[in-house]
Amino acid sequence: MTDAAVLSQPLAPATVSATKIVARGLDFFYQGYHALKNVNMDVPERRVTAIIGPSGCGKSTLLRIFNRIYAIYPKLEARGEVLLDGENILDARYPLNRLRSKVGMVFQKPVPFPMSIFENIAYGIRHHERLSKSEMDMRVELALRQAALWDEAKDKLKQSALGLSGGQQQRLCIARAIALKPEVLLLDEPTSSLDPIATGRIEQLIEELKRDFTIVIVTHNMQQAARVSDKTAFMYMGELIEFGDTEKIFTKPDKKQTEDYITGRFG
Amino acid sequence: MPTSNEHILRSYDDELSRLKGELARMGQIAVAQIEGAMDVLERRDSRAAERVILNDEAIDQLEASVSHDVLLLLARRQPMARDLREVMAALRIAADIERIGDYAANVAKRTIALNLSAPIPPAANLPTLAETAIDLVRDVLIAYRESDPDLARLVWERDVELDALYTSLFRELLTYMMEDSRNITPATHVLFMAKNIERIGDHATNIAENVWFLATGTPLEEPRKKGDLTATGAVDPERPRKD
Repeated sequence: MTDAAVLSQPLAPATVSATKIVARGLDFFYQGYHALKNVNMDVPERRVTAIIGPSGCGKSTLLRIFNRIYAIYPKLEARGEVLLDGENILDARYPLNRLRSKVGMVFQKPVPFPMSIFENIAYGIRHHERLSKSEMDMRVELALRQAALWDEAKDKLKQSALGLSGGQQQRLCIARAIALKPEVLLLDEPTSSLDPIATGRIEQLIEELKRDFTIVIVTHNMQQAARVSDKTAFMYMGELIEFGDTEKIFTKPDKKQTEDYITGRFG
Repeated sequence: MPTSNEHILRSYDDELSRLKGELARMGQIAVAQIEGAMDVLERRDSRAAERVILNDEAIDQLEASVSHDVLLLLARRQPMARDLREVMAALRIAADIERIGDYAANVAKRTIALNLSAPIPPAANLPTLAETAIDLVRDVLIAYRESDPDLARLVWERDVELDALYTSLFRELLTYMMEDSRNITPATHVLFMAKNIERIGDHATNIAENVWFLATGTPLEEPRKKGDLTATGAVDPERPRKD
């Protein structure tokens, strides 16, 4: 095989994965502004899907539709379908509580509750389930372990979460989200306020979490998308320009707009 | 979407241009080295051959510059898509041109040994071989400069011509050696020189493959025709030479 042939081989063999979320003909209007235009996208199960694009392209809007968080604001309207396990979550009859328990979200800036590390995680669980003290202890420990925070936090569970570093706070927010055993985890620029070491820890965590969760991450950092995701979506002005395997998007995208954006020729 | 052929960061463009410039310079020197080797062969000028051998250092230095610049580009720019292929191709093409330079120097070196014997007629075929090799190298460097996959493919296909010339010269040299054992020393040198020139063609096809990949993002996958049949070649000592 020639060198060029080796280069064009996939970095890792693509394996077939079921589709967890399907967007079909999705349009979104923000007080009359057409923010998303006919988006069609299949998010694979237990994979990491990255959404990239310049500011205002609609990537965070798309993410926020996946858990219907927009519904808490007035004058916002989504048309089309977003199927989660085959059920349309845009349908008002789809119970919001069920959606929230299936789809967790972590935001750009870590916002721990002003309470202890333990309570930050237990709080959400109590909202959904009744557990004994020992069961709750186990759930909190499991969530902290899954979020790779247990070793750093186990000796100060009763201390305020506000005393943690930025990176630890973000991992606490991830622990809080996964403690509810969601199936999908939405990450909205989860490392943009973190230093490179804390960012590295979150990226490592994302790799581990995709064994159990379907992850959709919005990021401004293209190298991060290239590092952590299996699929990448490039959006521009409310349109999904290109969606495909990450290795293809970052080595030989089909669309010139994608190529110009990822190579820094977008002007 | 407002797009451009230039990067938002101008210095990134400057660094990529610099890389292309270094490769163009390497290619020019390599071609001049093959021409120089043929010149000293024809003139039987051993002192000039020494100069050709020493000139190879310039190509080696440029290759070191390319490696250094590629390292910096990867570290500082994290190139993506076509830029990434551009940087990878530069590194590989530099290695191929460096080998072409080595082969040209080797040919020059053997002319010094060849000058210790009386001239043998088959040596007169070496310039024809070298001209074909130079054509391939020149064209593939144009293909690289212009990012022209079609021209690269032509070079890739034409290497078979060089292989055929080499096979023919190989047979001729074997018969010379069989006819008179005093020919063995100079004929062996000529054979090695011919093999070096034939290898230059192989490196030109490597470059062609990289240009193709750079321009299209897909490899040249089909098997290439091979015209060098000498690995299995033999000459019947009973059969008289044609000329």
